[in-house]
Amino acid sequence: MSSRHAQLAEQFNADEARTNWHDQTLWWVRQKRDRAANTLPEWEQLRQWASDIKDHTLSNLHAYLLEFEKNALANGVFVHWAKDAEEHNRIIYDILQKAGVDRIVKSKSMLTEECHLNPYLQKKGIDVVDTDLGERIVQFREEAPSHIVLPAIHLKKEDVSDTFHEHLGTEKGNNDPQYLTHAARLHLREKFIQSDIAITGVNFAIAETGGIVVCTNEGNADMGAHAARVHIACMGFEKIIPKAEHLGVFTRLLARSATGQPITTYTSHFHRPAPGKEMHIVLVDNGRSRQLGREDFRNSLKCIRCAACFNTCPVYRRSGGHSYHTAVAGPIGSILNPNLDMKANADLPFASTLCGSCSNVCPVKINIHEQLWKWRQVISAEGLTDPSKKMGMKLMAWVLARPAVYRFAGKAARWVTANLPFLVKNKTWNPWFKQREMPEAPKQSFQEWYKKQQRS
Amino acid sequence: MSSRNQILEAIKNAQPAIKPLPVLDYTVVTPIKELISSFEQFVKAVGGRVQLVDQSAALAQEIENARLEGKLILNRLNGLSSMDEISPDLTELEKLDRVYIRGSLGVAENGAIWVSETSMGNRILPFIAQELVLVLREEELVPTMHDAYQHIRINQEGFGVFIAGPSKTADIEQSLVIGAHGPVALTVLILKSGLAVPV
Ligand code: SF4
Repeated sequence: MSSRHAQLAEQFNADEARTNWHDQTLWWVRQKRDRAANTLPEWEQLRQWASDIKDHTLSNLHAYLLEFEKNALANGVFVHWAKDAEEHNRIIYDILQKAGVDRIVKSKSMLTEECHLNPYLQKKGIDVVDTDLGERIVQFREEAPSHIVLPAIHLKKEDVSDTFHEHLGTEKGNNDPQYLTHAARLHLREKFIQSDIAITGVNFAIAETGGIVVCTNEGNADMGAHAARVHIACMGFEKIIPKAEHLGVFTRLLARSATGQPITTYTSHFHRPAPGKEMHIVLVDNGRSRQLGREDFRNSLKCIRCAACFNTCPVYRRSGGHSYHTAVAGPIGSILNPNLDMKANADLPFASTLCGSCSNVCPVKINIHEQLWKWRQVISAEGLTDPSKKMGMKLMAWVLARPAVYRFAGKAARWVTANLPFLVKNKTWNPWFKQREMPEAPKQSFQEWYKKQQRS
Repeated sequence: MSSRNQILEAIKNAQPAIKPLPVLDYTVVTPIKELISSFEQFVKAVGGRVQLVDQSAALAQEIENARLEGKLILNRLNGLSSMDEISPDLTELEKLDRVYIRGSLGVAENGAIWVSETSMGNRILPFIAQELVLVLREEELVPTMHDAYQHIRINQEGFGVFIAGPSKTADIEQSLVIGAHGPVALTVLILKSGLAVPV
């Protein structure tokens, strides 16, 4: 497998102005997150609680899933179990067929993206309308979302204007976000009202009550679910939390980490179907039980999909979500996707500088950068690395294993960077330099500096 | 073996040794003293408006005036003005200019308001109307989400929602637009403490 991420990132970087805009905009979102987090002195305690609650839940998942199922059934909800993507899609199609429905609305659900539900249903003649504004935009353009919270962040308003002109008949050249959003509002309100079945994702599923919580800003999950006769909620089984009380911790962390808002506009708690209506919950494995068994990667299942790790990642910000060629991009996607298909996604754990910024912002304290490093070992051992990066990595592993060599190599590299910069900055010899600026080499290493300080 | 049992079996074999559930000691949570001013500040920050009501008659009058102006109003406030029936026809509801609904609890740290299914009458009502007005009593404010979840029982009814501001999106170039799919405006009416209002 050649480094697909690197190739796709190169394509994204072809438009420098757009790449800069993408980079800066996501950094701005990251700063909003910082401001929101800094207003809460107990932020670190909240992260610790969230992490501990999730660790506990994963260690007792079998019991919590049974408890959740029992309570959901008692609430009058249909509960389905899907081993894999194929079974998930089939379950949904069966519900549609039973209801005699051939058009549905769907709010944001990364799981249905992971399962490729849309193409599956479309092949069967079902009209699927994605109702999150960003998702509707990319759906019109026959693209995939490039970010799990901001699906159309790779696009500029001119692109949206062209797309809406073509599909919704908006005025050509009118790029006003207010005008474009209003056009989508009118278009989608009509779809909500006409649709008999609505699919939503799930942010949290509470074992103790058998209910689910869905968070949105647009209100599209609620418009869909309440207008429809049948509501289908799809979730990976790791969305379980033990108690209602724990929602206090997670709702305080989620929106602040995602966009810097104090909470999402709507935090909707579904427990029983409305009178005369139906509610289904589909619990999906699709590789999750395998990941649960991998000790080094297990806690990637703690993820609450806030995308803080995307927004802070220097590689994501400058390579765009599509360069990750999977449903969930970014640092966490690079841990989840090799579990789904190690060969096809062998390049992703290498799409990182291992700077650790992701782990620092993660509200559930996943050791993201360490897991990326560990995946590199696994993938190298399986012989799945791209030859050009493999050499570099082998060398790196060798250097890191030998402190004396490390000190020398560092000294040598600083000398080379300072005196023969063309060697380091040559794109053929050092693939690192592509789309990157090499920093100025410091005159002395930290160790050299430290030793001097000790002497003086 | 059914998929259900296969999945459960796989999980049982994969899950690690039990780790303890943390005890949440809420004394570490920063207290909020001025509940009402914090609540007001956050409702505004999330795009809503706050109005303090110190005369019960004023609220009833406001609803009547809006009706007289020819606005399509749906009032769900029990005992104030007249309470309206909810049409089962969504195209009718879609035309509503404004809906008045009783909230049951407000959160000072983020401006969110808990709305129960009973007070909505129909689950879609707070989402489908063009404008939403939520009514709270001053003494129904709590500091944080931790307090909120101590006060409400999330499964008491089939559905319940925290609403913070009008619907919004920033999906086009991160420009904030108020009024995505739900209401384009949210007003929170806070009834002053001790006020004798039926709602
Ligand atoms: S890994 Fe952490 S930071 Fe990244 S999306 Fe998941 S919860 Fe958010």
